[in-house]
Amino acid sequence: MTTTQRPPARDEQQARPSAPPPAQGRRLSGADIVLECLTYAGATTVFGYPGGVVLPLYDRLPAHPQVRHILVRHEQGGGHAADAYARATGELGVALATSGPGATNLVTAVQNAMMDSVPVLFLTGNVARNLIGRDGFQEADATGILMPAVKHNYLVMRAQDLAPTFAEAIYLATTGRPGPVHIDIPKDVFLEEAEFHWPERVHVRGYQVPGAASEEEIRAAAERIDAAERPIILAGHGIVISRSSEELQAFAERAGIPVLTTLLGLGGLDQRHALSYGMMGMHGSYHANMAASNADLIIGLGMRMDDRALGRFADLNPAATVIHVDIDPAEHNKNIDTAVPITGDVKEVLPQLTAAVKRASHPEWVRWIDDLARAHADSLAVPEGPELTVQYVVQQIARAHAHDDDAVIVTGVGQHQMWVAQHMSISRPRQLITSGGLGTMGFEVPAALGAQVARPDASVWSICGDGGFQMTFQEIATMVDEQTPVKLAIMNNGYLGMVRQWQELFYKDNYVAVSMSQPDFMKIAEAYGIKGIRVEEPGQVDAAIRDADAHPGPVLLDFRVTADDNVWPMVPAGAALSETVESADEVV
Amino acid sequence: MLHTVVALVEDRPGVLNRVASLFRRRGFNIESLAVGTTHEDGISRMTIIVDGHEGIVDQVEKQLIKLVDVIKVEDLTHAEAVNRELALIKVRCTAENRREVLEIASVFRAQAVDLSPESVILQAVAQRDRVNGLLDNLRSYGVMELMRTGRVSMRRGTQVTAYGDQNGESEEMHRFHHESGRLPEGELPFASD
Repeated sequence: MTTTQRPPARDEQQARPSAPPPAQGRRLSGADIVLECLTYAGATTVFGYPGGVVLPLYDRLPAHPQVRHILVRHEQGGGHAADAYARATGELGVALATSGPGATNLVTAVQNAMMDSVPVLFLTGNVARNLIGRDGFQEADATGILMPAVKHNYLVMRAQDLAPTFAEAIYLATTGRPGPVHIDIPKDVFLEEAEFHWPERVHVRGYQVPGAASEEEIRAAAERIDAAERPIILAGHGIVISRSSEELQAFAERAGIPVLTTLLGLGGLDQRHALSYGMMGMHGSYHANMAASNADLIIGLGMRMDDRALGRFADLNPAATVIHVDIDPAEHNKNIDTAVPITGDVKEVLPQLTAAVKRASHPEWVRWIDDLARAHADSLAVPEGPELTVQYVVQQIARAHAHDDDAVIVTGVGQHQMWVAQHMSISRPRQLITSGGLGTMGFEVPAALGAQVARPDASVWSICGDGGFQMTFQEIATMVDEQTPVKLAIMNNGYLGMVRQWQELFYKDNYVAVSMSQPDFMKIAEAYGIKGIRVEEPGQVDAAIRDADAHPGPVLLDFRVTADDNVWPMVPAGAALSETVESADEVV
Repeated sequence: MLHTVVALVEDRPGVLNRVASLFRRRGFNIESLAVGTTHEDGISRMTIIVDGHEGIVDQVEKQLIKLVDVIKVEDLTHAEAVNRELALIKVRCTAENRREVLEIASVFRAQAVDLSPESVILQAVAQRDRVNGLLDNLRSYGVMELMRTGRVSMRRGTQVTAYGDQNGESEEMHRFHHESGRLPEGELPFASD
């Protein structure tokens, strides 16, 4: 491997938080071992759905009252809820499903967690050991199906292997670049007895957790940072995951470098900070995209150089030098040629960089960006007028919670998601919960459930697309059961808005399969026994938000928004960031 | 260009699946892949021949080492190494032209390992080019069956490609790693392997 010498990485950790587990050394059934493992690891909220082969586990749930099982209405919903639980807290989420269709229903949620590096433990039952491979009832090769969608997975064939497997799986899911880990357990392994033995240490010889950078790496980066005239920071999800907002701010302030974020990096730096210049990317602000395109030094921090953030790779900014700090070395040079790749945890690398660089400011460069931001403010302005727009609704929800440090905003995928990113003033880590990499419509409803379970006292608003909402809204029933007071705000215009926008701009107004009839959402609210509020004009918005916030239970809000709005600015698919356009007239 | 990548992997069910799946998913081109045990307990060694430019091979190595079951990856393309593959070639020949065939074999240092009235099996253990040369010379006689293993590679000299250190692992976890995934006797095999 062509890696430079660095301080030794960690490849093991104490698997035991404090005292050994109370059940250590006792003979237990596999089902009890699983529940003891979750308890000991502190992962006691499980979003699950029962079925034949996991019945032995469900049978033992009442004996472990510390484990809170939340009965979802679809395994995908359970997976997204566990994912959002993990995003909202930074702690491990747990989803449980039965074999066969239960496991295959998890696939979208697993890949969603994988793409966005979210620590989730996915548990599936499998058919009994002697039936594996015989195509029996509800058998699917869950281990094989999920293999490319997980950080790692296991098929556990003996009850005695359960505890070491859980210790290792939880270690893998939550360390380094976090991600989903899947454990597949045959039915009779739940029933088999073994001595419960949580290992003292976890050691995975093929796995290392990078920490700090080497001195050479820091020196190479610092030299370039000190020499740069137009440096820019691109901050990603890694800042949020690694809880490095303070470290990012300290570094940006010391070196005087403006900060742009990716979609998932939103909240990594408070947007009110003087050096915060918002989001770049396909629907990033004009000035942000121009800053990235005209910088002479690009510093990627905890981000994976994704095409939605950077546009056409070859033309991102060939003249710029690139420094890329990421905990996953496979992200270096994958999409963008990088002069200084640094494998490390931003939490540790940022203080090293801050200490190594000279105090600096770049007034001309910052003024250039400021001037651009002023000159191009229009494309980001919230439309004024008699019609109800998503932008306006989002802005008013943001204003209503401007002083609410705990508010959590969940989104689906599409136009409304981008308008949330632009107008919600996300200022704190873990405030925005959104499906970035996979772009999963239908994430918004179960994710709101998971976020509210994780943060019971927070005000959780889910901004839903009318398309995505209908993919997963059965989880409203779970919200009713669990009494989670989620506010589901449907941006209802009877269109798949982003698809419509692309058909308008790039397919010559040829609208195909994009307009959808919608049910009466108020009746859906009524059917589930929750409060429903319909909003048809801007004048009703504030009162609706107040009503919803004041209501102690879940609320469904049906915002009848305009259908023909486009999200601006936009980098057309396949274009470079420097080709950002601000209106349909500019689209060739 | 062909690159020789050596990976030390956990000897566990599913490893081959993970590696093959990775190559397929990322569009890496496998020319050949050979797997076998090593002198180290619980560790298998894969020699993977990859077709692609340097940037691709860099990604291959990084994506490989990212797999939890992959312990170590080395690129032996530019290393001083012994590269060998084994070929078994069943050639059509009778008593009349057998001598000619065996002469060609001896030029390429291949051995006859089976004889019948109308065929001979030749075994060549050599570098790829020599096996190709042998085959070119045998075609006119009629190659009835051909089997080539992938290339295997080992560094020359005392430098080794090995894991080496198992001290960090507790006996308990070592036992777990050693045993896990291997079925108790009499059970069915894994579906994934």
